[in-house]
Amino acid sequence: MFNYYFGLALRSLKRNIVLTALMIAAVGVGIGASMTTLTVFRAMDNDPIPQKSRQLFTVQIDNWGPDTKSIVPGDTERLQEQISYTDAMGLMNAKAAHRQAAMYKTGAALTPANPDVLPFQVQIRATYTDFFPMFLTPFVAGGPWNADDDKNHADVAVITQKLNDKVFGGGNSVGKSINLDNHEFRVVGVLGTWAPTPQFYDLNNDQYGEGAELYIPFTRAIDGQMGSWGNNNCSGDPGQPGWEGRLHSECVWIQFWAELPTAADVAAYRAFLNNYAADQQRSGRFHWPAHTRIRDVREWLVYQKAVTAEVRILVLVSFSFLLVCLLNAMGLMLAKIMGRAGDIGVRRALGASRRAIFGQCLIEAGVVGLAGGLLGLALTALGLLGLRSLLSEEVSRLTHFSAADISIAIILAVLATTLAGLYPTWRAAQVQPAWQLKAQ
Amino acid sequence: MQFRPILSAMRRNKVGAILIAVQMAITLAILCNALFIIQQRIALSERPTGVDEANVVVLDNQWVGNPPDQAARQEGDLAALRSLPGVQDAFATNTVPLTDSGSTEGISLHPDQKSASARAALYFGDEHAIATLGVKLIAGRNFNADEITEKVGYTDLKTPSAIIITKGLADKLFPGANAVGQSIYDDFSKGQVPIVGVIDRLQVPWVSAGGWGSSFNDNSFIVPFHIVIPYPILYVIHAQPGQAAAVIQAAPKKLFELSRARVIGKTRPMTALRTEIYKNDKGLVVILGTVCVALLAVTAFGIVGLTSYWVAQRRRQIGIRRALGATRNAIIQYFQTENLLIAGAGAAIGVALAVSLNLWMVSAFSMERLNTGYTLIGAVVVMLLGQAAVLWPALKAASIPPALATRAA
Repeated sequence: MFNYYFGLALRSLKRNIVLTALMIAAVGVGIGASMTTLTVFRAMDNDPIPQKSRQLFTVQIDNWGPDTKSIVPGDTERLQEQISYTDAMGLMNAKAAHRQAAMYKTGAALTPANPDVLPFQVQIRATYTDFFPMFLTPFVAGGPWNADDDKNHADVAVITQKLNDKVFGGGNSVGKSINLDNHEFRVVGVLGTWAPTPQFYDLNNDQYGEGAELYIPFTRAIDGQMGSWGNNNCSGDPGQPGWEGRLHSECVWIQFWAELPTAADVAAYRAFLNNYAADQQRSGRFHWPAHTRIRDVREWLVYQKAVTAEVRILVLVSFSFLLVCLLNAMGLMLAKIMGRAGDIGVRRALGASRRAIFGQCLIEAGVVGLAGGLLGLALTALGLLGLRSLLSEEVSRLTHFSAADISIAIILAVLATTLAGLYPTWRAAQVQPAWQLKAQ
Repeated sequence: MQFRPILSAMRRNKVGAILIAVQMAITLAILCNALFIIQQRIALSERPTGVDEANVVVLDNQWVGNPPDQAARQEGDLAALRSLPGVQDAFATNTVPLTDSGSTEGISLHPDQKSASARAALYFGDEHAIATLGVKLIAGRNFNADEITEKVGYTDLKTPSAIIITKGLADKLFPGANAVGQSIYDDFSKGQVPIVGVIDRLQVPWVSAGGWGSSFNDNSFIVPFHIVIPYPILYVIHAQPGQAAAVIQAAPKKLFELSRARVIGKTRPMTALRTEIYKNDKGLVVILGTVCVALLAVTAFGIVGLTSYWVAQRRRQIGIRRALGATRNAIIQYFQTENLLIAGAGAAIGVALAVSLNLWMVSAFSMERLNTGYTLIGAVVVMLLGQAAVLWPALKAASIPPALATRAA
């Protein structure tokens, strides 16, 4: 039966080629526009670490007090997005989580061993050994430094494969030496491709970038007085001058993540954190009651508005556009089906049931949807190509079409067009055979 | 023109008319909001920085290690840059406009103020800064050479000896009064700083719509510091008119001659910074513009399609009307009036929809309120579109011969 209806649908569509083309074009353009923006939206709304996004938590501690105005517009919680060095050390020393790592973005000039090659800049993340197992970073050679390296402020480094290719021409470089600002660091591990998007653990800069090229122990970076290359916020109180002054100040510039595998761990950590802040109040550092918060990866991305307003607006606009296209297709389908009321009358008079007519017209709508979906796919590819040339390099990274996007496009097209076809189809099924035959 | 027959005919074609009206309403709502966003983003990306962008070249310089003689090396670099052919002046700073990166400080009028009177962007500079940037001094004077001190790292909290502020900041701090000769207190050093000069304009480094800095776009100040820090810092060069390209070639070469123990980032004119920083805003304008054009086209074709069908359906009735004496013009007018009624209803719903869509965007994305002018423009565009789209089917209807009425169907 399906094959017969499918044949009928094709024949009927062929009979009024202009109307059919208009319908397919409308559906195709709508699907193309909405899928283009949806692809970018899905990339921004991506869960960067799906295996663990509910087990990784970042910490916020109010170390400025209620007198300091919030720096985030519209933020009623009045919490800083990063923590101070004092608090980072307090939390690292307490070791209250399964795993934990304080971290910040910094950088240095790397001088290659070959004197003919000019020094170049590298983006560095200073962190602790737990960073690597906690965030499931893939190693192609070696591994993370160990806890003793953290304790000893050791001159060790984990480098990315890309940097390894650039400096050592690839290969296993574990044990080799790398020169950062005239200090030698020993390579302990080489990381494979790893660029969680968005870069959830530090959303201050390069949210969709490639991340650091090199990782060194946090303790070593502090020793080397390597300042933060990310966001430093001293709205509370800049403290005393000098590096030691900065470390003891209430400036916030460090991100802190903890791994809490079970609900009990989460509850316990919440209690611990509140106790920690209460202790700070007792010791006279905070003059206000404990105000802390932990958020997992998903909650953090929402809180930090990882999906930009621009993309939300574009998704809204393009889906409204799709709606207009579907209303349009619906009107044309209505015109087309009612123009064929005579045929339908004949079929009904020859014994076709209402259900049969309904099924036949719905398949016709589905065929239009399928054709519109395929056209939409082509237009989406074109649209993404356009976005890549129009938008910055960082956003361009988000314009890659996955297999999931292709199936979404086709399903959306067929489903939406069939839905739009329901009313015209229902009208077709209502055709009275006697009336139509008489009118002829 | 009589509305009664049109309305009664429409009643028999309710769904088609409603479909067109709803399409037009949504089209109108999207169209005026999109046009509004387009206009805003264009205005945003055309804001002047106050800097002579065409002739100003920037490059970032980072020393390998943290050389103890950094201040002297920097002095040497700048002297070498100033001596290059085609260079008018040069200085070193932490940031320039159009980079989206910099520092903000709270500015107070009293030493023990709880919350600052204004927020402003911080630029480091010396007596060469104003000439190099090409900003206009409108009151007071430039820094004197003896006012310049060294700032060793961002954690050095020494009080500047003087400060030059923008007119925007001056108006905010001392409305209606002369700012030169007054003093301010900055959040960092907590010290008293005399204002020696006011410049016309120097935009803050952050440019994103509704983002950091958008609420204090014109508030900037220059402090007389030579910046000596273990971070990449910016060398700003003012080239003679037409010499920017040559300077971009010569500057890094000259600096590498002095020392190779450094990293020089991109060397480029400020105009390149502008293109890059506003790329996404310009992109948004093109995308929204494209969607608007597509939207209008789809709606127009929908009207053409549905009206053609109505014409085909009513061939006999049209023939009868013609046979009874209706002129061609009367037939055309019939379809045009019909479309006007539908479009009018659509426009009315559309204006309401456009305003609520905007109100939602205001609350969700902290956008600005829609200017009523845009809804009116949108309504006129949508109604004209309807009239244009209906013209072809209406002409076809008018060409139906009266003799058709006499023939059997």
